[in-house]
Amino acid sequence: MKLVTAVIKPQKLDDVKAALRAIGVKGITVSEVSGVGRQGGHVEVYRGAEYPIDLLQKIRFEILADTKDVQPIIDAIVKSAATGQIGDGKIWVTSVEEVVRVRTGEKGSAAI
Amino acid sequence: MELDAGNTAWVLASSALVLLMTPGLALFYGGMVRAKSALNMMMMSMVTIGIVSVLWVIYGYKLAFGYEANSQWYGSFSLSGLGDAVGELANNGGVYPIPLLAFAGFQLMFAIITPALISGAIADRAKFFSWGVFVAIWVTLVYFPVAHWVFAFGNKVGDTVTGAGFLASRGVQDFAGGTAVHINAGAAALALAIVLGRRIGWQKSPMRPHSLPLVLLGAALLWFGWFGFNAGSALAADGVAALAFINTQVAAAGALIGWILVEKIRDGHFSSLGAASGVVAGLVAITPACAYVAPWAAVVIGLIAGAICALAVGLKYRFGFDDSLDVVGVHLVGGVIGSLAIGFFGSSAANSLGADGLFYGGGTALLGKQALGVGLVAAYSFIATLIIGFLIEKTIGFRVTSDKELGGVDLSEHAESAYEMGGILKGGR
Repeated sequence: MKLVTAVIKPQKLDDVKAALRAIGVKGITVSEVSGVGRQGGHVEVYRGAEYPIDLLQKIRFEILADTKDVQPIIDAIVKSAATGQIGDGKIWVTSVEEVVRVRTGEKGSAAI
Repeated sequence: MELDAGNTAWVLASSALVLLMTPGLALFYGGMVRAKSALNMMMMSMVTIGIVSVLWVIYGYKLAFGYEANSQWYGSFSLSGLGDAVGELANNGGVYPIPLLAFAGFQLMFAIITPALISGAIADRAKFFSWGVFVAIWVTLVYFPVAHWVFAFGNKVGDTVTGAGFLASRGVQDFAGGTAVHINAGAAALALAIVLGRRIGWQKSPMRPHSLPLVLLGAALLWFGWFGFNAGSALAADGVAALAFINTQVAAAGALIGWILVEKIRDGHFSSLGAASGVVAGLVAITPACAYVAPWAAVVIGLIAGAICALAVGLKYRFGFDDSLDVVGVHLVGGVIGSLAIGFFGSSAANSLGADGLFYGGGTALLGKQALGVGLVAAYSFIATLIIGFLIEKTIGFRVTSDKELGGVDLSEHAESAYEMGGILKGGR
């Protein structure tokens, strides 16, 4: 079992959700996060004073999946979240030792 | 003279309009600070309404508009005695067909907004109690006397005038308060910014406006109320009021355009904060001049004020004083522009009670008088405020501790937060 974590541009939230639903992903966790990568920040100007904004708003997806399902999920996210511009985000995959469904106590793949 | 119902109705309505400017200012300033001190910023304006209104009824009205002392510098030291004035007509360099109480109410609203304007210079870091003490002392020693210099034309009986103010009796033209209100507040703001010092992290960490929609709403209310401020200052529903009204509108519009054009050229974008600031700068600049210039000149004054104030707000970075919300750059600079502009654009054709400025063949006489008004009010206000501010700082303290400043003065001074921003974990569901 794996945890797929993806950080994407906020405006791509709906596209990624739709793409994941289309390949049959049922459970996702989404959070609003701030961060900075190669894109750097941007500059805002108030009454002529420049304020560098170095942490940007991003959306983080977390998806638990069977190992065999990981590659299609990655493909779906890359396809739906890419704009080709700098700042499109990152995806990383980590191993998960155990998953438990709270309602029934089911464990492992059955709980995903 | 008989009381005139139309004039009285307009002055009463104008008074309510001018009162609305102070809550409008609270929104204008409140939106410009960070969320952690938005309530404190608004409360500095709100408590000023309370303090000044009470002092006005006790002694403020007489200190500003009394004539019994026959002094150029102050009205008189006595109780306002407004309870005995029901049925009396206003007399300010001549009798007006409106109740004295309507005049007293109208002038009170000016006395309220002037100290409230200063609060923008000391955002995020003032002890609230000390601000209240400051307001009470400042209106007593600065606003009430200066209002007498500028606005008191004396009690006229027959041909005898007693108790006219120093600047008013010298023909310095300030229709609605370019000197008494805006230069006065702007110079005081500079002094207080120096007394309290810079905020922690100034010019290092971002201090962005937390809500530009609030700023725009505040600017809209200020604009609306300003029609009472300027056109109401005619103390009559007549042609002079209408001139002041239209000039108020077009100067604000000109300054809006002037400010955002400067921003587009300098910074690359037209900003909403620039539009709101431009409106206020134009309203400030036209305040002294609104009844003395032709509408085309009001547009020019607005454009100039918008453009120059947009540049002037950068001065604080060069000189290193943290006038947080640019009271100096907008009110002092805008007030000076408007007051001096009368010396150029003043036209007796636009208003028979006015005088001709440089562009209308009046020579430099009027400009000289205007410069006297500008210099005297700015110098007195700056020095007096510096002294009052330092005395408060040395006795009860004016600035909160750095812990409180970093945590936000909303919490330390009022035990409140402007917004519930914590989401589920902080009970915001």
